[in-house]
Order: sequence, then C-alpha cells, then structure tokens
Amino acid sequence: MTILDSTLWIAAGSFGAGLLGALTGLGGGIVIVPLLTLVFHVHLRYAIGAALVSVIATSSGAAAAYVREGYTNIRVAMLLEIATVIGALLGAYAAAFVAPRALAVAFAVILLYSAYRSLRPLPDRASAAPPHPLAVRLRLNGTWPAPGGEQSYTVRHVPGGFAIMIVAGAISGLLGIGSGALKVLALDQAMRLPFKVSTATSNFMIGVTAAASAGIYLRRGYVDPGLALPVMLGVLAGALVGARMMAAARTRHLRTLFTGVIVVLAIEMLVRAARGEF
Amino acid sequence: MADDIDGAVARPPERPESALQLWIGRVLRGGVFVAALVAVFGGLIYLRRHGAALPEYATFHGVPNGLDSVHGIIRGALQGRGRWITQLALLLLIATPVARVALSVAAFAKERDGIYAAISAFVLALLLYSFLGGSF
Repeated sequence: MTILDSTLWIAAGSFGAGLLGALTGLGGGIVIVPLLTLVFHVHLRYAIGAALVSVIATSSGAAAAYVREGYTNIRVAMLLEIATVIGALLGAYAAAFVAPRALAVAFAVILLYSAYRSLRPLPDRASAAPPHPLAVRLRLNGTWPAPGGEQSYTVRHVPGGFAIMIVAGAISGLLGIGSGALKVLALDQAMRLPFKVSTATSNFMIGVTAAASAGIYLRRGYVDPGLALPVMLGVLAGALVGARMMAAARTRHLRTLFTGVIVVLAIEMLVRAARGEF
Repeated sequence: MADDIDGAVARPPERPESALQLWIGRVLRGGVFVAALVAVFGGLIYLRRHGAALPEYATFHGVPNGLDSVHGIIRGALQGRGRWITQLALLLLIATPVARVALSVAAFAKERDGIYAAISAFVLALLLYSFLGGSF
C-alpha cells in the first residue's frame, strides 16, 4: 500500500467515524485511535497525535453552533478550563513516560465506559435548588433557551466539578481524546446544569483542553502531518454530513450498532495489549 | 449544521454576552475553515511528490526535523514543502481555540469584569506556554 492508498483509506475510515459519531452523539474521536492502531497498524503515539488534532476540528465546529444558539455557559467554561488545561498539560507530559501498552489498556477502559454510558444514559439532574456560594460569587448561574422559552438554572458543587475536570483534562492529554463523557459527568451530574447546556459547554471546552496538550504533542513529534491530514479532514467531513442527516436518520439502532463497534474495539485493544503488541 | 438558520433566529441583543457569542462563533468556524483549506493545499503537494512512497507509521521515530517547532514549520512552509504547509494548517487549527480564549480576555476586560478577565488571561498564559514553551 502506497502513501496515496493509505491516505485515501484512512480518510474514508475517519469519515465513517465522524459520521457515526455525529449521528449517535458519541463523537467520532474516540474510535479514531483504535481504528488507526488496530486496522491501519499505526503506532499508538502517532495515532494519539492525529486524533487529538481532529478533536479540535470537530469540537470547534459544534461549539460554534451551540454558542450562537445561547446554550453554552461561557463563564462556567472559562472557570473550568483552568482545571482541564492544567490536567491536560500534566497528562501530555506524563504520556511520554507511560508505556504504549499501558496507554492502550487505559484507552480500552475509557472505550468500555463510553459504551456503558451510551447504553445507560444519566438522568437529567438539573434543578432549581439553591446554588453553591461560589456560583453566586462568580456569577455562574445562567439561563438557556429551553423549548418553552428562556429558563434560568443554578450551578451547584463547584469544587467537585472543578476536581472532576482536572481528571478529564489529564485523560484528554494522556490519550488524545476530548473526554467529553467525563466533562458532561462534571457539568451535568455534579454541577447540575441542564443536559443541553452541559453538552454545549463540554463541547466548548474540548477544543481548549485539546489545544493545551496538542502543543506538547507537536513538539514531541507525535503529530505527523501526513497522517493527521486524512484523519482531520475525514472526521470533519463526516461530522458535517452527520449533523445534516441527523433529523432524517433513525439514531437508536445506529447508537446500538456504534456502541457494539466500540465494545469490539475495546476488547481487541485489550487482547493485543495482553499479547504485548503495542 | 444547525446554525445555518442564524439569520432567521437572530436574537435581540438582550443578552450581555451576545456580541461575544457572535465573535466566538466566527473565530471558531473561520479558524477551522482556513486550517482545512491550507491542509488540503499542503496535502496535494505532499501526495504529488511522495504519494507513491511507502508509509512508515508502524514504528515511532518522531517527525522529520523542523516539523516539531513553530519556526521550523513556518520556514518549511515558506519553501513550499507540502508536509510543512499541512503542519502549518494543524498549527492554525490548534491556535483556533487559543484565539477564542484571547478574544474572551479582551471581551471580559471591556465589560470591566475583572475576575473573568483574569481567569481567561491565566488560561491563555497556560496555552501559550504549551504552544511555545521551550523551543520556539
């Protein structure tokens, strides 16, 4: 297979990942690393570098849409980005000292967690309970365009959410993913933001978190342009097409299918790690 | 994408942050669009020159010298080298969220929102450190 062939195949595979990721709402970034390492036999470090760059492209596109529609809580995002960026810097520095085999196992665990979350969605725990004192002082409480008109919400458990975000940032920096599932956990379950606000704010933060570790990855030589090009363009095109098809598609079966794919990839990564192939 | 109808649902400027929201949306989408265009341009040059060679991604040996620093990337891109132009596009992509944070610093400062201007500036400093740290 020449560089031209592999570029086209990787672009096609990334397109599929972006398309399914957008249609199911799970994000395509998470399957990029297994796709590159298991199917195209790319070294894990190059795969993580390419995936991280593509995460910035897709999350920025989605974040632009959400922010203009008024879903994103910019103050909450700005405050928590301190946590995710510090976490991401630590994670990206640590990545160099962690053996690829251990990274592969950690990746498989994250894949299995995402699959589990997709099958058992968390309840919407938004409430009008009194906010955390810090939320008042930092003016984090906000309003969002609910179906019935603007609705206000309060923000709770600010320190807890901040702590989870440090972990989310570290995992993002270590594995080159957006770790949106963990970000939503902090926003939605700990801080009790409405579900759509959590998703939008998480998306908004993913780009900045990924940019923090991407700088370090680039200087370490993990970002190879020949590889990142088809991945980034493929995922981006897939996500754009997926967002347009969203209304017409029957996402329930697709979601089950995509979750199945994630589980298979996770098991394959564990098997290969056990054989010492990373 | 869902924001194609933004002309139809233009929000009255009752939200204090609506101008900032508009600009953040523009910066994010513009950055990704420009990066994608430059990446395609660099990719075409790269594939025309090296498309018939064999890929070497199975073992990790970093990237060629100059693809891992800002000045190396800019120098190679100015010489018209395909992979360096593509890497410049990736650099633009990484810079897009950083530009968004810089914009937030300015917007919060203009609103005289000291706490959030400081928070944004701190995040910006961390990002610039990651971006340029050590080997500019």
